Amino acid sequence: MSQKRDAAIVGIYEYPLRVVGSEVTALQIKAESAAKALADAGLDWTDVDGVFDTAEGGGGGLGIAEYLGLHPTYIDTTALGGSSFEFQANHAAQAIATGKCNVALLTYGSTSHSDMNAIGTAGPGTGRANMFTNMENPWGLTLISGYAMVKERHRFQYGTTDEQFAAISIATRRHAMRNPEAVQGMHDLEFVDIREITTEDVLDSRVIAYPLHLLECCMISDGGGAVVIASAAVARNVRKKPVWIIGTGEATKYRDNNADITVSAGAQSGPLAFGDAGVSPSEMDVLMAYDSFSITVMTLIEDLGFCAKGEGGAFIEDGRLDFDNPLKPALNTDGGGLSSNHPGMRGIFLLLEATRQLRGESTSQVANAQLACAVGNGGQLGARHSTAVTVLAAD
Amino acid sequence: MTTLRPQPQFPEPDTESFWEATKQHKLTYQMCDSCASIIFYPRRHCPNCGRTETTIKESKGEGVVYTFSVIMQSRHPAFKELGAFAVAYVDLNEGFRMMTNIVGVQDPVNDIRCGMPVTVEWQDQGEGKVSLPMFRPV
Repeated sequence: MSQKRDAAIVGIYEYPLRVVGSEVTALQIKAESAAKALADAGLDWTDVDGVFDTAEGGGGGLGIAEYLGLHPTYIDTTALGGSSFEFQANHAAQAIATGKCNVALLTYGSTSHSDMNAIGTAGPGTGRANMFTNMENPWGLTLISGYAMVKERHRFQYGTTDEQFAAISIATRRHAMRNPEAVQGMHDLEFVDIREITTEDVLDSRVIAYPLHLLECCMISDGGGAVVIASAAVARNVRKKPVWIIGTGEATKYRDNNADITVSAGAQSGPLAFGDAGVSPSEMDVLMAYDSFSITVMTLIEDLGFCAKGEGGAFIEDGRLDFDNPLKPALNTDGGGLSSNHPGMRGIFLLLEATRQLRGESTSQVANAQLACAVGNGGQLGARHSTAVTVLAAD
Repeated sequence: MTTLRPQPQFPEPDTESFWEATKQHKLTYQMCDSCASIIFYPRRHCPNCGRTETTIKESKGEGVVYTFSVIMQSRHPAFKELGAFAVAYVDLNEGFRMMTNIVGVQDPVNDIRCGMPVTVEWQDQGEGKVSLPMFRPV
């Protein structure tokens, strides 16, 4: 079975700063990233005919085209939390494959840190009542505690240990320490004692929502970036080697009577994406899995089929996820949301680093990386969430 | 002075009957008249078959902790002052799962575990107001 070669990531840009203060807006981050991602591809502003956006910058779904001054013939404002960018990349590939657009632009910009958004600990918000708010707000669930409930059930059901969960934090920090922008970001965010970390560091860090420790939780930074996805005809003439989108899958999952909370939507979208691509998880050189929390990665590794359900703890022991471990896959080689950046919706960075890996441009480059997958997870794992998977291949 | 927790807001047609019943300390759920599915959270239709004929039933308020978390840090005014408190999913014996709090324990981290039998305990929110169904160990 030959792999798809209909659409490819041809241009990328990651906004380098993790702290922008009040002088930079989310829309400015998006516009600057768009210009630089198009320049990375050698394409012009006017080449863009497809716009994909979560409307996080302002103006709702209508805001981005006006702000950028674009007149797209294909518009998608899929917004399903942090995984939106994998959904959008998948939709872009499908739109391009069916001739609906040729050059798709995805942008992201956020000033969550500078706005002092307490994303993980704010608790219930306000707004018009609905089934969700009326049945959940009285209990004081925080975002972090929703994930912590999944971790607790995983520990109970499979005997997964805190030491095993810590392996995820350790691997991502090791990769972050090799990424100068991540290290600068940790300084700018006033992390204390910036270095590689140990199991003891993770277990000794304070508990935010039992059983999740501080070092199992992603940071809150500013940031953004852009991705340009183009047709095969365009991809043949760009500045850098295209990175092909060869498989896509998507799913949502939610609290349900008698459902297994340890199983994420990735159990549906993973097999769809790998089946679409005609490859298996064991062939992945790089796994860019949304590390909002340690538990998120644990469920995704299992549900995508890197190992059997409940065996993720043993699978990731002994440095399995390190970029230089010949046993695959390498996890979040940019440092992830745990140690590089997390402005609220991290999905775009999964596509950016997967592309860098398949171009040979990562600061923790996996030798001869040929295949990668970006696995976005958005919403709240313990309540309702989305998982979209984008399988990528080097040219 | 304690800050009131976020209260269910009305009108909200899907959940209003559930919360109205709490004023009499009745924990209710729905069963679909057509396919007999247990329906929770409350809503007008059956999410299994889409039909709108359902019957409201009363739970005995007994079940087990499916999972839980102990929140050490909340910036919400009503919960910040509680100190460490436990949020949980409880599986009721009638076959529905609800988000709730676990109360009546000295040390939530060590005194709560998955699979632990619990029973409902009502926390009244004031004269004429709803009551919140929480759970304590049996």
